[in-house]
Amino acid sequence: MTDIFELLKGKQNSKGDFQKQPVIVQGITGKYGTQHTKLMIEYGTNIVAGVTPGKGGQKFEDAVPIYETVKEAVDKTGAKISIMFVPAKFFLGAAKDALEAGIKLLVAIPEHVPVQDTMKIVEIAKQKGAIVIGPNTPGVMIPGLIKIGIMPASPFKFGNTAVLSKSGTLLYEIGNNLSSSGFGQCITIGIGGDPINGTRLVDAFDMVKDYPNLDGIVVVGEIGGDAEEILAQKIIDENFEKPVVAYIAGRKAPKEKRMGHAGAIVMGTYGSAESKITMFSKANIPVAKKPVEVPILLAGKMEKK
Amino acid sequence: MRLLEYQAKELFKEYGIRVPDSIASKDIESGRKDAEKIGYPFVIKAQVPVGGRGKAGGIQKCHNEDEFELKYPQVLNMSIKGEKTRAVLLEKMSEYEKEIYLSLFLNRSKRCYTIISSAEGGVEIESVKDQVIREVGSGDVTKKVAEEVAKEIGIGENSIPHFVDILQKLSKLTVEKEAELTEINPLVILKDGSMMALDGKIMTDDNSNFRHKELAEYHEQTELEKKAEESGFSLVELDGNIAVIGNGAGLVMSTLDMLTDNGGKAACFLDVGGTATEESVYEALTLISKMKNVKAVLVNLYGGIVKTTIVASAFLKAYDDKIIILPVFARLMGAESEKSKEMLKDSETKLAPSIEEAINKAVMEVNK
Repeated sequence: MTDIFELLKGKQNSKGDFQKQPVIVQGITGKYGTQHTKLMIEYGTNIVAGVTPGKGGQKFEDAVPIYETVKEAVDKTGAKISIMFVPAKFFLGAAKDALEAGIKLLVAIPEHVPVQDTMKIVEIAKQKGAIVIGPNTPGVMIPGLIKIGIMPASPFKFGNTAVLSKSGTLLYEIGNNLSSSGFGQCITIGIGGDPINGTRLVDAFDMVKDYPNLDGIVVVGEIGGDAEEILAQKIIDENFEKPVVAYIAGRKAPKEKRMGHAGAIVMGTYGSAESKITMFSKANIPVAKKPVEVPILLAGKMEKK
Repeated sequence: MRLLEYQAKELFKEYGIRVPDSIASKDIESGRKDAEKIGYPFVIKAQVPVGGRGKAGGIQKCHNEDEFELKYPQVLNMSIKGEKTRAVLLEKMSEYEKEIYLSLFLNRSKRCYTIISSAEGGVEIESVKDQVIREVGSGDVTKKVAEEVAKEIGIGENSIPHFVDILQKLSKLTVEKEAELTEINPLVILKDGSMMALDGKIMTDDNSNFRHKELAEYHEQTELEKKAEESGFSLVELDGNIAVIGNGAGLVMSTLDMLTDNGGKAACFLDVGGTATEESVYEALTLISKMKNVKAVLVNLYGGIVKTTIVASAFLKAYDDKIIILPVFARLMGAESEKSKEMLKDSETKLAPSIEEAINKAVMEVNK
């Protein structure tokens, strides 16, 4: 499996600095793409190229070259990472282009992508050995080093906790609670709130579990599907011993109603908060009742170690 | 979207899956004409987008005109689990030998479609022990797979070709209409071994609506839901009295949970989306002002990239335009929150330093 840390950080040079990995932005000239490209550059992410069909040859902010196709951008820059801001209707085509051009990490921001389109991209990504994060994700970041996404910078500080989240704003909220309690993050991965995720909760767990300095994992889940239950079972099966704590949004949501996210829906018992909380407690993972409790539970788990 | 039974059955018919004779109506005058066409006896079925209607009295047998005059209005005016009857289906009663279960659903963790079938039908599938489960990738079901499923659930030899036919048609429907779930429960076996769908449930992928103009007529929305969708919001109307607004589905769900934990009842779930702007917050307040039974508004915004001052200006504008006269309890977190507190200090909006405090104040307000 591709090591996400290596993909994001690159190799350390003789001075001990990481060489910033080059990143391409698909849909760089749209309003949203422009705003967030600026913020990513400000954060220190090495944005080397943009892709907007019809605008090839121009430059973004007089600095970043824009290409017609992902292939051209990859050929010119050697980038393996792309972040995508295209409208949901164009996700399938744009994601195909990226994966066929050799992108190994695709961060797909668009919300409202049809499930069948995501399933097609998941298949292609499997064949190509690529990681797709999203769609409908806030992105991925290693605080202080690289931000590939739309998350604000301020809630996150570097440290040794990994945060995996279905939700965007809850990730910021809980990141902020963790940071202000002294639990910095080695990585935050937003898997997205859709029914089908390029990177599932269990995949995200696999990406972070062997990180050498990892102190603990925070899982921010929500109603819908069974990703949390399957993760809990995996943690039991693998006898994973580092502290894991969770938060589940939607305990009091009505059944059979989509709560904002396409994936946040309880059908019968499938997807219910009770089912997730029960499985987490079997795996000895405490579940916070509100976001502010997360660092308290994490501290408790760490003390017991 | 979740199709009503009669809508699901229209699609079944379109794909060649046999259903009983039935007609849907929304008022008793049309219902009377339908009754004549169908002929007594028949079943009156409430069309609601929620399960468990049988137990709730939403399915009634009807033998004659007197019963019809009594039962039709009952079913039309009932609410099941908070959902009003959207239409009434009159359906010919069927004689059958056996009820079975069949569905195709999107298996989220396996990221493929999955067939579930069982020789036990007509009950909730969760309570059925002997389920046959088969993963079928992107949803296409081959004849071979369908035959294997038929044999595994153990139906009679003469029913197997009928089962295979229905499963393959259901598969075609699922893929073409981009459904997350298609369910026939019960699928009944008639005396001659043939089969018929007595009930139907279809959930389609809302995100694929733009490719399915033909399903637009099934999209049942309240006026407010329509407005919310146009503004790019997610709105779920609930039956409490505190309107809950925030940015991001997870954050709003979390706020709803905490509100309920503290004895409050939410009037709605309103997610203005990950990126709040002055216009969108103003729009959200406008929507809330049109809801009935709302006594207070609870706002939870995590600013992040969006400056909270933008949100504060939206509030001030809403007060100026007399859009909100209700008490508002807000927690604004993120960029420029000090400045926004200053802006709102003489207004009707009560800012709280934490969401817990905002919730307590809102609950006290409505219990005054």
